[in-house]
Amino acid sequence: MTDVMHNFELFQPATLADAQAILGDHEDAWIIAGGMDSLDWFKHRVKQPSVVVDIANIPDLHGIREEDDGGLWIGATTTLTEVNESEAVQSRFPVLAQAALRVASPQIRNKGTIGGNVSQDTRCTYYRDGFPCYRAGGNTCYANTPTAMNREHALFGVSRCVAVTPSDTAIALSALEAMFIVERHGNRREVAAADFFIGPDIDITRMTILEPGDILVGIRVPGKWAGSRQYFEKVADRNTWDFALANIAMAATVDAGAISDISMVCGAVQCTPRRLTDVESLVRGETPGEELETLIKRVAARGAEPLNFNHFKVPLMENLAVRAIRSLA
Amino acid sequence: METYGPYDPTVDYVPGPAPRPKHGRDGETRSWRPLHMSRRNFLRGVVCSGVVIGGSAYLFSATTPARADTRAVERLVRLTVNGRTRSVEVAPNETLATTLRYRLGLTGTKIGCNQGECGACTVIADGTTIYSCSTLTHRVRDSEITTVEGIVGEDGRLHPVQQAFIEEIGPQCGFCTPGQVVSAVALLNRNPNPTIEEARLAMSGNLCRCGAYDHYLRGVMKAAERV
Repeated sequence: MTDVMHNFELFQPATLADAQAILGDHEDAWIIAGGMDSLDWFKHRVKQPSVVVDIANIPDLHGIREEDDGGLWIGATTTLTEVNESEAVQSRFPVLAQAALRVASPQIRNKGTIGGNVSQDTRCTYYRDGFPCYRAGGNTCYANTPTAMNREHALFGVSRCVAVTPSDTAIALSALEAMFIVERHGNRREVAAADFFIGPDIDITRMTILEPGDILVGIRVPGKWAGSRQYFEKVADRNTWDFALANIAMAATVDAGAISDISMVCGAVQCTPRRLTDVESLVRGETPGEELETLIKRVAARGAEPLNFNHFKVPLMENLAVRAIRSLA
Repeated sequence: METYGPYDPTVDYVPGPAPRPKHGRDGETRSWRPLHMSRRNFLRGVVCSGVVIGGSAYLFSATTPARADTRAVERLVRLTVNGRTRSVEVAPNETLATTLRYRLGLTGTKIGCNQGECGACTVIADGTTIYSCSTLTHRVRDSEITTVEGIVGEDGRLHPVQQAFIEEIGPQCGFCTPGQVVSAVALLNRNPNPTIEEARLAMSGNLCRCGAYDHYLRGVMKAAERV
């Protein structure tokens, strides 16, 4: 059940410098852009920051620009609809355009931003409902008990918390080896996707390296995979709204029928987007075919440690990996 | 002052121009008269006259605490809704759905789940559909907002989408209908000749618990032929 939101002070800065000044003045300031994740937290009264900073009016954070290396710069507050409908994204990085299209529902994509989609919090129902679990600062996990409902939870990388990454675009951006541009008090740094998303073993209370005071300015997708063969598939209970039970993003180059280079990432099976390095090294230099598919199935989910109700994710993952490779044939 | 007798199950109480005579008692009119005021008009009147009713007192209770709390300051903003710009006091934590329903009296926009999972609150902001329950009103100060009230023609004629929904029996309980209408109109404004797959995708953000999805979809395709 939702409730009336708590009282908060709302700032709507028009420039990045103003936003940073506000963040410097208020330690517990909460950044909101599309609000699709934030307002849920507020309405459930689980998070109640006293200061909210709406960064949607800052022009520097919005839009899609072409870069010299054939890649793209995507502003953090660019909506998912804009990402999906952008011709530059569709022609160079169809995997990202498709991932953006598979997020939630049209109304959410019209308002939800790509920056928010990658930095949203996990959707573990116990955590979202305000249970005092590890992630919420407590000392137990409610999703990993003999009777817990955990069909949506992790297969890999469990460290006390079994929550998974909910984002579709994070999977695509990880496969494209995107760089995340983070600014803090005027200092800008670029973080690789592999480092941007963090698991519970690094910090159990957050999903990304973003700390209070950090602003995700934009995402730079390098030209490396522009125009390559790409694939995205998401499996969810419903086509609309639902978060992935498993999803896969792939970018690959094919040379004379053989896979010369490949990047494959699976989502919703770990706290961070999971790069399938075993599959990558297996298929490099190989030709897609039945024989290769048999081998892919053996390695795709190797090392998985299913919980009580999420064994089904293992064959799901294997089949998604096979289908991605099959698209190259 | 009229007096009303006890409820009589044999009498047809549906309001109509000519009251029917009862069996064997010529000339006697029905003994009970329904109030000629719909719930909608009652609510609208109450909201506009500024009287605090139970529901909105609850909704705004969080926004009107002790004066010392600077976080609850309501600011006067100018909102453009259905082509009309109106000044309205808005709290920082107020959603657009709340403002539309309880401050402006535009109760056509429904609040279903209140968390962006059903689509009953769908409105058009600058040409795209959004969930008004999950949008802070301060965010859309500079936007052109269209609600279901702004979709009907000025002469009171139904929009082709509304007419087609009636013909295809889209609404059953009707609660999702305003959102479905808004989503369909936004689609046809953008793309007057959608394929059935495009229509299905555009309507996919609106739940219908009666399950009349195919009816609505047929309505969209029918309306597309007429706009």
